[in-house]
Amino acid sequence: MRDMGIDPSSIRLRAGFFGAEPWTEEMRQQIQTLLGVKAYDIYGLSETCGPGVAFECTEQNGMHINEDFFYAEVIDPQTGKPLPDGEYGELVFTCFAKQALPLIRYRTRDICALSREKCACGRTFVKMTKPRGRSDDMLIIRGINVFPSQVESVLLSLGMQPNYLLEVDRVNNLDTLTIKIEMTPDMLVGGTVRGLEAIERRVASAMQSTLNISPKIKLVEPKSLPRSEGKATRVIDKRKI
Amino acid sequence: MKIQQLSIFVENQIGRLAEITRTLADSGIDIKAFSVADTSDFGILRLIVTDNEKAYEALSNAGFTVTMADVIGVGITDTPGALASVMECLGKNGISIEYLYAFIAREDEKAYVIFNVDKWQQAEEVLTKGGFPVLQPEQVREM
Repeated sequence: MRDMGIDPSSIRLRAGFFGAEPWTEEMRQQIQTLLGVKAYDIYGLSETCGPGVAFECTEQNGMHINEDFFYAEVIDPQTGKPLPDGEYGELVFTCFAKQALPLIRYRTRDICALSREKCACGRTFVKMTKPRGRSDDMLIIRGINVFPSQVESVLLSLGMQPNYLLEVDRVNNLDTLTIKIEMTPDMLVGGTVRGLEAIERRVASAMQSTLNISPKIKLVEPKSLPRSEGKATRVIDKRKI
Repeated sequence: MKIQQLSIFVENQIGRLAEITRTLADSGIDIKAFSVADTSDFGILRLIVTDNEKAYEALSNAGFTVTMADVIGVGITDTPGALASVMECLGKNGISIEYLYAFIAREDEKAYVIFNVDKWQQAEEVLTKGGFPVLQPEQVREM
């Protein structure tokens, strides 16, 4: 807007709802300052109804779940047992009004905590915190769901060893994905920089068509990626959400 | 006859070249020539050594990504214009050079240019015809 010469105060926007991917408190402050609006969080998942499951109120500290439509529980993802309010666990929904595809104790895989404390806005619906992670290994990068297993299958389809590491970071409020891949001698045949760069480009374009995001490919030395107790670490998420 | 070069993948990390050269030193390998091609994230170290097999084994056992590649070597006099003549010979014949590096031998006081080209056969032919004898593997071993 600034580039187009539009003064944000001239458009009379009062509020904005922002969802689909995790965002930080810093981003909220930035949006509010730059756009001159109140920025509210919204939560939903396509299996229930899409956006509309929970909204923030003017207090901006947690999202009220629409309990007339959704019964929310937080469970221990390992045992499946319900957890007390305030404890972080996996969010589970039972939908009261959904037709055709009823959902009963549906596991969202989102990790959050519930609060039934009295809210200053006057609403009595239970509040959920912003989800702070997943109980599976799914990553949300620029709003797109990415599973490490997808990366693995792309590498295998290219005839490469599945020794990789996903590094997710956030630069200037945009997610970045770097895929580090361990070198094997066959990749170095010819010993030219051009040959290795061609491999990086080939992997990047195969990843792009499977993941729908464009990662940076970085070749690393064999056995240089972290392994703990023999099990490989697949994801390092440096984003602070 | 082509000579062999070792190519080693090196991540841009402090101390990595030290580890590689120490590995070679511990195996008693003498390095005749080397060069490093660099990008922002990695480099490729290229080596001409006295004993390729031994060097290859030592580096692979130490966990490095190493391959052997064919390269052409040419001995030239260590005088101004000598390299220019070799380059002209290749250029005139439409041979493209991927990379090259050079070293000076102790004994015969010659300079040697090592390079990788797109058309092997032709490169060897035109060099020999042009009066630039191509370096033989046994020559490297005896250097």
